[in-house]
Amino acid sequence: MTTPKKFSLNDDSVVVIVGSGAGGGTLANELAQKGINCVILEAGKHYTQADIDNDEWGMFNKISWLDKRISAGGWHHTKTYPGLPAWIVKGVGGSSVHWAGLALRFQPHEFKTRSTYGEQAGTQVMDWPVDYAEMAPFYDLAEKKLGVTGSAASGLPMLPENNHYKVIAAGARKIGYKNIVRPMAINSQAYQHRPGCQQIGFCMQGCKIGAKWSTLYADIPDALGTGKVELRPQSMALRIEHDAQGKATGVLYADKNGKQHFQKARIVCVAGNSIESPRLLLNSASSMFRDGLANSSGQVGRNYMNHATAAAASIYDKPVYMYRGTSIGAVVADEARHDAARGFNGGYYLEGLSLGLPFMAAFMQPGGWGRDFTSAIDLYDHMTCVWVCGEDQAMADNRITLHATEKDQYGLPVPVVTKTYTANDDRLASHGLKQWRALSEAVGAKRVIDMPPYPASHNMGTNRMSEKARDGVVNRHGQAHDIKNLFVSDGSQFTSSGACNPTLTIVALAIRQAGFIENAMKRRDL
Amino acid sequence: MSTQKPSMRVLDKLPQVQRRSFLAGAAGMSVVPVTALSMAPTALHAASFKVLGSQTGATLLRMARDIYPHDKLADRYYLQALMAHEKASAKDAALKKMITDGVAELDAQAKRRFGSSYAATPKEADRVSVLKGIEQSPFFQKIRGDMVTGLYDNKQVWPMLGYEGSSWQKGGYVNRGFNDINWL
Repeated sequence: MTTPKKFSLNDDSVVVIVGSGAGGGTLANELAQKGINCVILEAGKHYTQADIDNDEWGMFNKISWLDKRISAGGWHHTKTYPGLPAWIVKGVGGSSVHWAGLALRFQPHEFKTRSTYGEQAGTQVMDWPVDYAEMAPFYDLAEKKLGVTGSAASGLPMLPENNHYKVIAAGARKIGYKNIVRPMAINSQAYQHRPGCQQIGFCMQGCKIGAKWSTLYADIPDALGTGKVELRPQSMALRIEHDAQGKATGVLYADKNGKQHFQKARIVCVAGNSIESPRLLLNSASSMFRDGLANSSGQVGRNYMNHATAAAASIYDKPVYMYRGTSIGAVVADEARHDAARGFNGGYYLEGLSLGLPFMAAFMQPGGWGRDFTSAIDLYDHMTCVWVCGEDQAMADNRITLHATEKDQYGLPVPVVTKTYTANDDRLASHGLKQWRALSEAVGAKRVIDMPPYPASHNMGTNRMSEKARDGVVNRHGQAHDIKNLFVSDGSQFTSSGACNPTLTIVALAIRQAGFIENAMKRRDL
Repeated sequence: MSTQKPSMRVLDKLPQVQRRSFLAGAAGMSVVPVTALSMAPTALHAASFKVLGSQTGATLLRMARDIYPHDKLADRYYLQALMAHEKASAKDAALKKMITDGVAELDAQAKRRFGSSYAATPKEADRVSVLKGIEQSPFFQKIRGDMVTGLYDNKQVWPMLGYEGSSWQKGGYVNRGFNDINWL
């Protein structure tokens, strides 16, 4: 084991990466493997696998990002989850600790939504400046890195089907669905120093044995092992500074005692997830950049997408024990296509996603009570559960803003997450719930309970990529249009949400971005 | 149970008391966890509410059972959840007042409509209609909201609802029925 690297605060040759999740953690490792020095500033603590418990609320309270946030806008979260607009992680590894491991690729048309759907009045739907063909080799690299099951790139077989999978897949086939998939970043056998899955369940509470890929125990230790990377946990980025030429010079951050430090940088990469990343840029406003860094377009914080979602639980006569084994059950991909005849743009996946009893009781019917509620909970062990994950459309007013007066423990303005569902979202979610009901009833479900969407872990779009500087925040490499040594390296650079879970695409983009940064550094462009 | 083929590992969801008598006649054939059997009965009852008072405690218990009625769950699981309010009320005068005022209001409405205190109103449907009338109140929302974790995050309750909790220490489910469904 190499001695942990320490960089001086005055070392202006390093790449400073804010965040250590799927974006930042991957980028750090990719850069380190190329010999590039990096400092990772991670706001959260460095938990290890010893800290991971099979305990939903225990882990929620331990690792979630629970700093003050405010839900605003027309969505039900203002009532149901007023202080928890999103369910993400504050800790080394970021939300790659919490993700369930479903590693789907974008479909080709999802990079070209404006061209595919046509102009969408009232929306900001736009094509990505990259396309599927360009991304495909990076998806291969991402699948190899993550050990995605059923991928030629990883060579790993599919995971075995658990009870939950079997019930959903049987129902899907009965109503004519054919495209039942489950590409998982969970080792189906030992792979890259991590063990095969033991069907523990609790994938979203952090994998106790490390069978599920997370930067926490994959890319971060690999990066540290190169001797090129310093990880600074409990280091909250406060603002990015720049020089008179408008070039980023480093990051001001607060350590665990609240003491402030300024880490100089050659390049700054922001990967704090789609609430914190735009928040950091907005908080970095200066006399030169009055509306925040990289915000000449006015798009920083806008186009917040968290997927059009819904959930439902189906109750059968006989037990299922959906919680036994991998949290993601069967995934039905037949509705993921774009088909305007269904009455909405984009598509969705029906993702079997088990919840433990404590979370089922909390999410099934927020505010619900009485025998209607408890008669369902009494049959928790007879349930299957779906999460409908569908494309969300970019809207200017779905956005992250800074609260005018309220401050958090770091003295930073609290982020306000404003979201209003569109008619497209509602039609998509309704279609998904209708299909789930049919699927469930086809194999004998006696009762199907529609659940409102619970706080999303998929957050995208708030520093979006665009061909032209006036339309977005970053270019096709995630490089800020306005500041060439400033990058966005997380899901906030997504131009569209796609229907699928974002992690694989975040990783593919980070791998691609690392290559771009390396070449630009070699050319002395950066 | 008898309709299940033995190849599916099915849990016994019966409450503890019935399990004991069941076990007496069928020793060694059950999958009941040992910890559930060795659990000492708790001494909790309405008189445990020293701060809120036994009468308020009794009303809260009735209310908690009406909010999340699981007939097979003993009172002690509801009382365990409510002890959080009892403890918090010792340090939080505003909470104590909200709870005692809330209970008084519940009783007043029950008396006005049904001629008896809330807890003494015999019909569940009548009591539920009183609860419906106050369900938007901070008092109701506080009790209901805390019960979601107080009741359903109680590991002693899980076996009776068919949930097994932490599995990694048992090697997960890879050899314990993750794929043993036999009724499809």
